[in-house]
Amino acid sequence: METAILSRENFGALFESLNKLGYSIVGPTIKDGAIIYDRLQEVSDLPIGWTDEQTAGKYRLERRTDEALFGYNVGPHSWKKYLFPPRRRLWKANRDGKTLKIETESLPEEKLAFLGVRACEIQAILVQDKVFQGGTHKDPYYQTQRARLIVIAANCTEAGGTCFCVSMKTGPRCTKGFDLVITEILEASRHEFVLEAGTPTGQELLAHLPVRAATPQEEQRVDEGVANAARQMGRHLDTSGIKELLQRNYEHPRWREVAQRCLTCANCTIVCPTCFCSTVEDTSDLTGDHAERWRNWDSCFTMDFSHVHGGSVRSSPLSRYRQWMTHKLASWHDQFDTSGCVGCGRCITWCPVGIDITEETNAIRKSES
Amino acid sequence: MELVDPMCPLPFRVQKVSWENSDVVTLDLVPESSSTPTKFQPGQFSMLYAFGVGEVPISHSGSPTEPSRVTHTIRTVGAVTNAIGKLKRGDTLGLRGPYGTAWPLKEAQGKDIVVGAGGLGMAPLRPILYSIAQEREKFGKVALVYGARDPKDFLFKDEWEVWKKNDIEIHMVVGQSTSDWKGHVGHITTLIPRLKLEPEKTCAFLCGSEIMMRFTAFELEKRGVSKSHISISLERNMKCAIGFCGHCQYGPHFICKDGPVFAFDRIEELMRIREL
Repeated sequence: METAILSRENFGALFESLNKLGYSIVGPTIKDGAIIYDRLQEVSDLPIGWTDEQTAGKYRLERRTDEALFGYNVGPHSWKKYLFPPRRRLWKANRDGKTLKIETESLPEEKLAFLGVRACEIQAILVQDKVFQGGTHKDPYYQTQRARLIVIAANCTEAGGTCFCVSMKTGPRCTKGFDLVITEILEASRHEFVLEAGTPTGQELLAHLPVRAATPQEEQRVDEGVANAARQMGRHLDTSGIKELLQRNYEHPRWREVAQRCLTCANCTIVCPTCFCSTVEDTSDLTGDHAERWRNWDSCFTMDFSHVHGGSVRSSPLSRYRQWMTHKLASWHDQFDTSGCVGCGRCITWCPVGIDITEETNAIRKSES
Repeated sequence: MELVDPMCPLPFRVQKVSWENSDVVTLDLVPESSSTPTKFQPGQFSMLYAFGVGEVPISHSGSPTEPSRVTHTIRTVGAVTNAIGKLKRGDTLGLRGPYGTAWPLKEAQGKDIVVGAGGLGMAPLRPILYSIAQEREKFGKVALVYGARDPKDFLFKDEWEVWKKNDIEIHMVVGQSTSDWKGHVGHITTLIPRLKLEPEKTCAFLCGSEIMMRFTAFELEKRGVSKSHISISLERNMKCAIGFCGHCQYGPHFICKDGPVFAFDRIEELMRIREL
């Protein structure tokens, strides 16, 4: 069965099957006025009937007129928190007299199912794969958790207010990196899900579900849904030659202008699904014989980030905003052969002053023409 | 599947503590386990962990052919380096490495060599002198051009005679002279025009402040040395040394893995940009 239909009444079977296969489910749920990612026990944990209204610097939950399960876009959380935890102990060290012993941390044993991963978010995971397991050194935690992951994606049939995945060629349709992809069909008289498997694991899961084969018309509904999302997308970022564009404009006056608005609060880096920077924290107990090393998410917007003896290399907000944006859109290509931006729009929504990465880039491009 | 955690240091024991001056110390370190490798290439660095305090990237300053220990020269300026400076013979610290790119010594064989050091920048350059001494016949003229703030800041003074015996010219300059100083006063850049060198067959290795390296490179260029034959070593904040933490980014480069040693022609343009 290539494409299958799961009814809304049977959607709970997906939870049961995932649990039966040994997966803990994480996915969208409402907390503190936002749709975040957390542990899910049952279908009713999903943000049923809610959507997120987003513009630059604004995010609000709104009641939908229907009971959609996936009727929202992306919130302040991203899946990276499960593969690259915001705070994790790296190791413990013990000193016994003059002997130093270092004890490594145990690796995750839990199998996770990500439910409701959007196309842009799949790309973000693939980008972080390159960072944490694509080079000479591999992050053992990331590698272990990633290998134990099943990705249940959700195609976007409506665009969010700050989305630009079409420009970044990452969505709205999920084309890779998923085990199973869901497209929600919602009409007055029917509420169903079109399911497509992307891997043998996804096929196995599909075989556990009470589904029927999809008709060609139903398959077409997927095309129509993602086409609708693409049509609704309000933002555009011209990516042609973007690396060269930004790298020849390190001294552009626009950086000074955006630095007037940027609060260097680091929100954009924390909500970004690809930002991977971290710092370390060393602790010791009162005996002085037990120490630990922790890794925490960090942001290039802090002064400490670039501190070397004598001060910070990037002390001005200009240099820090420029570092973030040129890294995301330009030097990421040099480093990982991909853009660091997936077009999810989170940095635009969650910027307290509404700085828009598409607008900033377009301004620099426009000044050249 | 057994996964190696690249963030885990290995224990090393302090074998020897030598204070170079009031705030710079050289430590000889021996791994606790004989299976821990100690090999490195000149120019590479390792992460040194002071128990409970933190980790810092420090260049290797010892001989790359020394089979059983590593040597690091550290200026005690911050919390971690001060904790390292308090270590005595027999104490332990954590170490992981070596990391980063090396001085391109192989490419420099058959050529004249200029080693340009500013202050503590001598530390990552010293392994070059050891390597050259091992195979002295493979290199042409070798000149060490060494600048320091004042005479007491020079490092490794007890080895200068050995270097001279190995036919290494030493040219020194201080920023501030003292009554017992009889040499040059000024910047290292002022010594470059005086060097006897054949530019087309000269390779230069520079380590010091960014401004020192940049202007020394310009002086070498003026003499006709190709930019691609000038190597410099850069420094940035570093937490992981393996390309994960993002702190050491320098334009498109990660200093930890694409550097710290770069050919000058690769980064000359980036060095012009303030606060990159």
